[in-house]
Amino acid sequence: MEIPAIVGAGLIVIGAGMGIGRIGGSAMEAIARQPEASGKIQTAMIIAAALIEGIGFAALFAV
Amino acid sequence: MQIKRFGFFAFLFALSLTASAGDGHDSHDSHDDHGEKSIKEQINEVKEHHLKDSHSFHLWGDHAKGNSVEFPLPIILWDGQLHFFMSSEFHHQENGVVESKGSHFRLYHSKVYSTDAEGHINYDEEHHVTNEKPIDFSITKTVFSTILVGLLMLWMFGSVAKRYKNDLVPRGLSKFLEPLVILVRDDIARPNIGEKDYKRFMPYLLTVFFFIWIANMIGQTPLGINITGNIAVTFGLALITFFITQFSGKKDYWAHIFWMPGVPYVMRIVLMPIEVLGLFVKPFSLMIRLYANILAGHTVIISIIGLIFVFGAWGAKGAFFGLTFFLSIIELLVAFLQAYIFTMLSALYFGSAVEEHDEHH
Repeated sequence: MEIPAIVGAGLIVIGAGMGIGRIGGSAMEAIARQPEASGKIQTAMIIAAALIEGIGFAALFAV
Repeated sequence: MQIKRFGFFAFLFALSLTASAGDGHDSHDSHDDHGEKSIKEQINEVKEHHLKDSHSFHLWGDHAKGNSVEFPLPIILWDGQLHFFMSSEFHHQENGVVESKGSHFRLYHSKVYSTDAEGHINYDEEHHVTNEKPIDFSITKTVFSTILVGLLMLWMFGSVAKRYKNDLVPRGLSKFLEPLVILVRDDIARPNIGEKDYKRFMPYLLTVFFFIWIANMIGQTPLGINITGNIAVTFGLALITFFITQFSGKKDYWAHIFWMPGVPYVMRIVLMPIEVLGLFVKPFSLMIRLYANILAGHTVIISIIGLIFVFGAWGAKGAFFGLTFFLSIIELLVAFLQAYIFTMLSALYFGSAVEEHDEHH
């Protein structure tokens, strides 16, 4: 049986969402522990999230 | 000063070239289908027309009903000789065929094809058009808007720069722009490139930051402009980042790509192709990220606006109106965030190119 491509798109979105969610959650915890470092944490968070997002979009286009 | 101006125009020119080279997917042309269409088909048509480039600047109204408000844009074609005419000519002629210097052209599915005098479009078995396409340098909607953004930026920063010559206290527009320029300098360029080299890259980083941001913001207006949601534009931007990275790469940068110091010899051979691949993956992901984010944002907003018309009940209309409003605010955030990320990652790549390693790890 052939799996439709749209299922793959869904899997990609789940994976990327989990990844970005974990980054966001960890960043929240880190900011709560060290509010004075929030600027640096935010920057690192955005970069990491952007990299995952890029992979996610690339995979979506492949689908 | 003059050289900087020239560099800016060269930047714009490069972008315009790549923008006109790309073209969206085929969709229904308004000439082809007459009669009543269902509301869903109409929404789909509006969406597809918005997401791709076009040869005229359509503001509102329906083309088929004859009440559309749009202004024509110049069409520049090359098929051995140069052809130049306005896109309105396509609608003036009876069969939509424009004759220029002995050649005939027809606009079909938003693309210009060479045809015979009657405007025949020939197909192969898979219903692909077999007519020849001239090389299209037209000032399309995207190119036009790109130039518009460029002129806007030139005016904004020109007037702000002039003011700083007399008085260092920011007033008016400079009060608004100074924090953003400082954000790019202190949050993006300095930490990622390093104190020694960051000044060299500031002109590009500032230009690309404000260009993407203003282009994204203009895309949120009802003008229906979609600059950064065009993959050719983001390709141009990523290409410039790629070239700047490679040309500013120092010895250590290339050593880390081709002959990674500090790892066993077998690993160096394994790492080399991966690193070389990484060179191209980085700008590729820059291109895809910006394009897909803006495209997805526009698609979602148009679809939700369409839902206002699909549902008859006033409660549902109100709910989707609120949702559109909410999503538009999110899009404003995304517009800024994407400009920030593009600039930030560009700065990271420049930083890795100019970095000098003292230790050998």
